[in-house]
Amino acid sequence: MGKDLYKQRLLILGMMIFFSIILIRLFNIQILDTQYKVNAENNALRYIAKYPVRGRILDRNGRVLVDNAYSYDIIVTPYDVKPFDTLALCRIFDLNPEDVHATFAEYRRYRSRIGFQSKTFLKQVTQDQYSHFLEMSHHFPGFTAVPRTIRSYPYNAGGNLLGYVSEVDASYLKKHPEYQSGDYAGKTGLELVCEEQLRGEKGYNIFLRNVHNRIQDSYSNGEFDKAAVPGEDVITTIDAELQQYGEYLMQNKVGSIVAIEPTTGEILSMVSSPGIHVSILAEIGKHYGKISSDPLKPMFNRAVMSPQPPGSVFKLVNALIGLEDGVVKTTSKHGCYDGFRASGIRVGCHTHPTPLDFRQSIMMSCNAYYCELFRDILHNPAHDSIQAAFTHWREMVQSFGFGKKLGSDFPAEQAGYVPNTALYNRTYGKRGWSALSVISLSIGQGELGCTPLHLANLGAILANRGHYFIPHIIKPENPEDLDPKYREAIHTLINPVHFEPVIEGMHMAVNSPPGSGATGRLAATKDLDVCGKTGTAQNPHGDDHSVFVCFAPKDNPRIAVAVYMENAGAGGSWAAPTAGLMVEKYLNDTISKSKKWIEDRIVEANLLNKVKAQK
Amino acid sequence: MRQSELSYRHIDWVIVICYLLLTFFGWINIYASSFSEEASGMLNLGTKAGMQFIWISISIGVACALIFFINPRWYLSTTWLLYLGVLILLVGVLVFGKEVNGSKSWFSLGSVSFQPSELSKITTSLGLATVMSHYNFKINRWHDLLKVLLILGIPAGLIILEPEMGTILVYVGFLFVLYREGLTGWIIFFLGLVILLFILTLKFSPFVSMLVLLGIFGLLRGGQARQPLICIPGYLIAIVLLAFLPRLITLPWLAPLAEMGSDLLMALLLSAFCLYWIVRLIRRKEKKMKWFVGGLIASLILIFCVEFIFDKVLQPHHQARIENLLGIRDDPHGIGYNVNQSMIAIGSGGFSGKGFLEGTQTKFKFVPEQSTDFIFCTVGEEWGFLGSFGLLAVFFILITRLLITAERQKEASIRIYGYCVAAIFFMHILINIGMTIGLMPVIGIPLPLISYGGSSLLAFTVLLFMYVRMDLERWRR
Repeated sequence: MGKDLYKQRLLILGMMIFFSIILIRLFNIQILDTQYKVNAENNALRYIAKYPVRGRILDRNGRVLVDNAYSYDIIVTPYDVKPFDTLALCRIFDLNPEDVHATFAEYRRYRSRIGFQSKTFLKQVTQDQYSHFLEMSHHFPGFTAVPRTIRSYPYNAGGNLLGYVSEVDASYLKKHPEYQSGDYAGKTGLELVCEEQLRGEKGYNIFLRNVHNRIQDSYSNGEFDKAAVPGEDVITTIDAELQQYGEYLMQNKVGSIVAIEPTTGEILSMVSSPGIHVSILAEIGKHYGKISSDPLKPMFNRAVMSPQPPGSVFKLVNALIGLEDGVVKTTSKHGCYDGFRASGIRVGCHTHPTPLDFRQSIMMSCNAYYCELFRDILHNPAHDSIQAAFTHWREMVQSFGFGKKLGSDFPAEQAGYVPNTALYNRTYGKRGWSALSVISLSIGQGELGCTPLHLANLGAILANRGHYFIPHIIKPENPEDLDPKYREAIHTLINPVHFEPVIEGMHMAVNSPPGSGATGRLAATKDLDVCGKTGTAQNPHGDDHSVFVCFAPKDNPRIAVAVYMENAGAGGSWAAPTAGLMVEKYLNDTISKSKKWIEDRIVEANLLNKVKAQK
Repeated sequence: MRQSELSYRHIDWVIVICYLLLTFFGWINIYASSFSEEASGMLNLGTKAGMQFIWISISIGVACALIFFINPRWYLSTTWLLYLGVLILLVGVLVFGKEVNGSKSWFSLGSVSFQPSELSKITTSLGLATVMSHYNFKINRWHDLLKVLLILGIPAGLIILEPEMGTILVYVGFLFVLYREGLTGWIIFFLGLVILLFILTLKFSPFVSMLVLLGIFGLLRGGQARQPLICIPGYLIAIVLLAFLPRLITLPWLAPLAEMGSDLLMALLLSAFCLYWIVRLIRRKEKKMKWFVGGLIASLILIFCVEFIFDKVLQPHHQARIENLLGIRDDPHGIGYNVNQSMIAIGSGGFSGKGFLEGTQTKFKFVPEQSTDFIFCTVGEEWGFLGSFGLLAVFFILITRLLITAERQKEASIRIYGYCVAAIFFMHILINIGMTIGLMPVIGIPLPLISYGGSSLLAFTVLLFMYVRMDLERWRR
């Protein structure tokens, strides 16, 4: 046999081997394997999706913020539908008969594409409608009710924070091919951030159906069914009671409250008002139009998305920079005669005793003191130009986290704004500006933008005497799973020894006796040693914003709070008492009788008109 | 020179009968698979069966024309013109083509559409036949091999751009032709090894893959060595011992090794082994082992590239299909749906099938593409194991007949063309049927002469009957 013939035989042999493999496989699946032994009676498999239970969202103490409740979808298999009493169906579900006819006309139009598949006819019908339908279901062949879980909210807390879940739409499916039409996904807030953890994994039941498309039996006794894997719970750092209380206080006001545990950076509560009420979260679709057209923008999470001038609370930062740079001593006194005047500039101040020392300047929030101090920082001979001095100041300010995203795990966090020399060089010319041109920065006005989260973080820095942990809201069950970036203390550029006098000033601002001129007295709470600083931020939109930053207790602080109420007025009269109540609620669990009147006053106040008036 | 008389008496009836059987069988299965009560009748032009009947008539007409009126010299002498024309079409389809299922491989002219890649199989076969039949051609010479690779590579490259995976795999079948024409069989062996290692690495781990590689190398080395009875067991023992490596490194006093992982450790061991062989090859002159060691090193590199190739080179839907095929990810609702439904259809046919038009799986449209790529489901369901066996037997006879007659040709070019035709048919059958029974990943490719589709049927008819006509040449007196 020649070599060529040998090769030809070898190729034929190779082909025989491959054909034999195919035949063996065919023999296997057609004759031996029972898995494919589906006879003509029940011949087709039908997959019915089993939706997993979505993970719950818990607060720091294990209280459930978001739970699941049952709801029912009505499914229809157009192929199985026999003529039925449309009006009866409409009565059960409160539908318009014309809509039903239109829907069925559509099913008929696409009947070849739909084939034997089922379509969702109605979503999330009420319990009453469901039970009514069950009684009548034999009148409606082809219709079935499928249970499905929806979100429920045991606490009226954290609508904006928690976010909502809704059915995926076409554009979402394009971006996330792992989802299928009919699935639900978290769209905002924590539901979005923790989607992967919460969603679980879908399963399916496999059923056999016969030639007439009747579901006959479970396929192979469910051997190939796949159970749905429930989603994992997410534990947050939120304190449900505190969050609920914060929202209670903020009703009918625009603004936000952020509370942080200083020793860890855990966010205890994050209130944005007006917010989305949890009762509409589960069915956000129905209310979406109303929410999105509300001029007060309830979807907007002010706590992290709304940078505003911080007002006088920013004096704390300048005070610390002054001490660090050595331009002010704790004994330095400055006089104040109704404000600060220099080369044609005047910054007004309120009435208070004079002259003040360093601690008193914080206690009474003297504008003149800080104008002088700020001028000394920028005109410090250690720097050879105003630009160098300003850049130095800016670095110091940024070390507090201002002007940048803190890096929290919450979505849509805004960076805020700290101006740089380029801005002023552009505005005034390179040699055209001095500390006096930017003097409003001394009292936290001007080109500064800080979110309430930034301000709460400032409170945490003061509480910790010089460092902070990146604020975060998700708390892994096992502390070691926490991202290392949240465990690492971030230090400011200020020497920790300078914090004590500032904190004493804050303590005086809250706890001084009546008539002493202290600005934050309404935040005072017995035995809690609240240290705080008021702010009254002027703005072009109307009344001043009321601001307050505090922490408590003075030693070993456990909570830092920032309150920002838009257009409410003086910091001492609105933000300070609100913050004081938050501190008391968190540390004492209840509000003392002596402060009940403050609580009532805050809760009953409706400051929305002040905001709306200028819109 | 005046050519002697051509005798049609010698036309190869085996091939012609196989062709007629297959097209007829295909037609009734298309009728069954697209059967519906509303539009019945096998000749109803509104149905797929009716359309296919027209195409079969046209194809038979073309077949007759190829045999009686078209002299093979016409297309053999204009091979390069035809080849170039198809290349232009292949480029054109990239620009003007219609995108179907993510690949741009169809020209659409009104109601008729066709794939230039179908024509390219014919012209590539003609091109190979022309080049390789040159009296001076030796495939194991580099510049000759380069010519062959160019003829195959240019259309294949353009088809990859479409991309049309099925046709690319068919092109792999041309390797068998090259093998017949003198290319070393080790190439095919190495290709098989690559596929094996690829599958093993994906399905299990690089570690398992390397163990198997070492075993194969051991066997080859044993066949080569003077004392195979010592050599082969030696390798086997080494493999068995190495198999305990992952277990071994869990021991506490080997903890630093455990950090490296058994994959890396094994790779290091094998690299050292390769180094030993390289040194040994430089010292002694063992010519054949040079190739084995080269292959070993190449395979080793391949094993560690598998993940990269899989993740970066393959498209997501190919990844999903391969994962499904290898059982790495089970998803009978998504990717696995087609194959699962197709296997249920075929499996439900049993030994003798449910009978003509009695199939319910395919009729109820559970199986997608049931009259084109998944036509074999209908065969399996309605005709059972017997019918499937019969169909495979006819295909087997057809291909074997092609190989036998090809070997008898006086002219090398006709022989080579015959082998090409056989290889193309073989690859189509293997991939298409393999896919419907879950042996191959899902790749859109028709079952020759059976699947619905005019342009595909026509292309296979032309491919086959050009050979039938050429075959007559050997009977010239």
